[in-house]
Amino acid sequence: MNPSDARGVLRSAGGSSSGKNQGGESVVEMSPSGLRVLVVDDDPTCLMLFERMLRTCLYQVTKCNRAELALSLLRKNKHGFDIVISDVHMPDMDGFKLLEHVGLEMDLPVIMMSADDSKSVVLKGVTHGAVDYLIKPVRMEALKNIWQHVVRKRRTEWNVPTHSGSVEETGERQQQQQREGVSEDGGDDNSSSVNEGNNNWRSSGSSRKRKEEEGEEQGDDDASNLKKPRVVWSVELHQQFVAAVNQLGVEKAVPKKILELMNVPGLTRENVASHLQKYRIYLRRLGGVSQHQGNLNNSFMTGQDASFGSLSPLNGFDLQALSQLPAQSLAQLQAAGLGRPTMVSKSGLPGSSIVDERSIFSFKTQPQMNLLHGVPTGMEPRQLPIGNRMTIQQQIAAVRAGHSLQNSGMRMPLAAQQQQPFPRPQSSIRQTLLPNRVVSERSGFSGRSSIPESSRVLPTSYTNLATQQHSLAFSNFQQELPVSSFPLASAPGLSVRKPLVSSSSYQEEVNSSEAGFTSLSYDMFSSKQNDWDLRSVLSPHQEAYPSSSMSRNNNTAVAATDHTRNHQQQTPQGMVSHHQVYGNGGSSSMKVKSETMAFHEQYSNQEDLMSALLKQEGIGPVDTEFDFDAYSLDDIPV
Amino acid sequence: MDLVQMQKSLQDYTKSLFLEGVLDSQFLQLQQLQDESNPDFVSQVVTLFFQDSDRILNDLSLSLDQQVVDFKKVDPHVHQLKGSSSSIGAQRVKNACVVFRNFCEQQNVEACHRCLQQVKQEYYLVKNRLETLFKLEQQIVASGGMIPAMELGF
Repeated sequence: MNPSDARGVLRSAGGSSSGKNQGGESVVEMSPSGLRVLVVDDDPTCLMLFERMLRTCLYQVTKCNRAELALSLLRKNKHGFDIVISDVHMPDMDGFKLLEHVGLEMDLPVIMMSADDSKSVVLKGVTHGAVDYLIKPVRMEALKNIWQHVVRKRRTEWNVPTHSGSVEETGERQQQQQREGVSEDGGDDNSSSVNEGNNNWRSSGSSRKRKEEEGEEQGDDDASNLKKPRVVWSVELHQQFVAAVNQLGVEKAVPKKILELMNVPGLTRENVASHLQKYRIYLRRLGGVSQHQGNLNNSFMTGQDASFGSLSPLNGFDLQALSQLPAQSLAQLQAAGLGRPTMVSKSGLPGSSIVDERSIFSFKTQPQMNLLHGVPTGMEPRQLPIGNRMTIQQQIAAVRAGHSLQNSGMRMPLAAQQQQPFPRPQSSIRQTLLPNRVVSERSGFSGRSSIPESSRVLPTSYTNLATQQHSLAFSNFQQELPVSSFPLASAPGLSVRKPLVSSSSYQEEVNSSEAGFTSLSYDMFSSKQNDWDLRSVLSPHQEAYPSSSMSRNNNTAVAATDHTRNHQQQTPQGMVSHHQVYGNGGSSSMKVKSETMAFHEQYSNQEDLMSALLKQEGIGPVDTEFDFDAYSLDDIPV
Repeated sequence: MDLVQMQKSLQDYTKSLFLEGVLDSQFLQLQQLQDESNPDFVSQVVTLFFQDSDRILNDLSLSLDQQVVDFKKVDPHVHQLKGSSSSIGAQRVKNACVVFRNFCEQQNVEACHRCLQQVKQEYYLVKNRLETLFKLEQQIVASGGMIPAMELGF
């Protein structure tokens, strides 16, 4: 049924139906049909209504009256949905919690809705990362446009460097602003505002924009085709970014200068700007724990390569190296490192400092360094040769040299690492994997919840590292990592709020996370295999930031660059190319390994480092960590 | 009465509900979602609303009758009722819920009792009116006629 028909035809008979259509007609044609929506609301009346409305918009609707059920649906079918609409007040789970989970695990755009229109709640929606907030009663016009969020998310995260990136971005932004302006209005205003927004969007801009629009309109009947090539914030790229930011100073860094410093062809200011924004948010969230923002950044960069496992004490250190890691994971690592001064083992540490220095340099020069920028590559690491670890360690040392680490903190992690069985790292990694959102951090502990989050979580890569594979690497590291070399303290924002849970409890977490990680690493690997091509390296970066695009396999549109990834991801069901895959660990990890051979090296190191860090952090009891509420976002200045 | 008359009656009746504020434009949205492929959509949704609301009102009565009223339980109920009533266009019910919630926040038991009564009153009113409306529609359809599209000037 054609939406316009639905409108116009209504109750047939004689009457003119024109009055009913409240001006939303022009928008209807724009809606990409087939958008897969999951709507969650405990109110059956509203649920039925939404389902009907969404069907009228030609979307594919799945309705769900319980948040837990919705989450499990999403987890089971990671790429089965394009967007989630959820009520705020639900009996079994707070809508915001669901929002965070979805953001972390699946990185899907989530729209919140409620009869509650108080500004504080709306603000909460914004800070939790909702792409929109609808006030009940929701009108058709508002729903007709939700597909924009899917498109926008994909476009802003990905940008084709050679494409008219800036124009697109600008247009996108304008659009976004218009949209946001519109959506924040009351429901009744939506239709008119939306139209305005649409008109502006359509008529504004260059012909290029028009082309894009047309392209979207024509070509994309299927929502999944709306993907555009994007810029992948690969580990390497992110490292460069962080280096630039550090150089300028986190507070003073501006996109333009960062861009200049980075000197990456094809990268636009807009790419950097949006990335910076995410990075800042990430840092802020971590800000509560870490006070060494500047340091953290540094360590962030360099630390990544360093094997995580053994370098755990080098939290600050790792952070730098882990710049690629999702901010949260790093933060966690940091926190872990910082938090556990007692555990550090001395044996391994002293060596690392030296290594760090070297590694830092080597790190920079080696594009392969998987800066765990959200790359779960850790999974693969099993196969990584120990030799790589050295590199990382060196890097770590290098990093460390640059920053004063809290030795005490460092020591602990190291010690912890060494002593702990392999599985630990995973759990710890989990922590780091947490996406920028607070939730992610939390989840790290809980193990399951956090890991899947993939895309948002920077540390996705971390998690992989943590995986068991590095046991070997890990042990080696231990010796190499000098306790003293923890640039941890320095890593800004990496402060992990919650201490890492001890390994034992993470066994299961590890398992679960593994699944998630493998997928991540898988992505990372696949991307890496593409030679770090900006375009091709879609996956790794996404993990770092809420770039769900990667994980969304359904984005065939990303095919251009993602094809390799997609193939890999899409074909094997179990493979779960997305880090989001939760629980697919077994198959995916296996596959990932084979694919990511090349990356193993790096990852293994990283994983070791991660695990070491995590261990030290004291991946505390899952329960405590899991309690998200403790981690209030409010603490994080935004 | 003949078909045309019935149709006119229905239109007038519906209009009056809007004019009285019992229903608002959201109800029109519902009507717009009904078509040949979903001929009973409005009555389905509204029926669901009635069932759910009956349950909520029941829970509310129980909660408010407790020795110690737990407003943490009362408020979500009222909130949901507010949401569902606004979604189907039961304007007066929604407004009554808004007032109710304010008193919940103030934890004013006495006022909440009054609010509950008010909500119930509005709810039974709209329920009654809508049931009448549906009956009229059924009569028309049974007579072989079509439900006239609403022509609203507002």
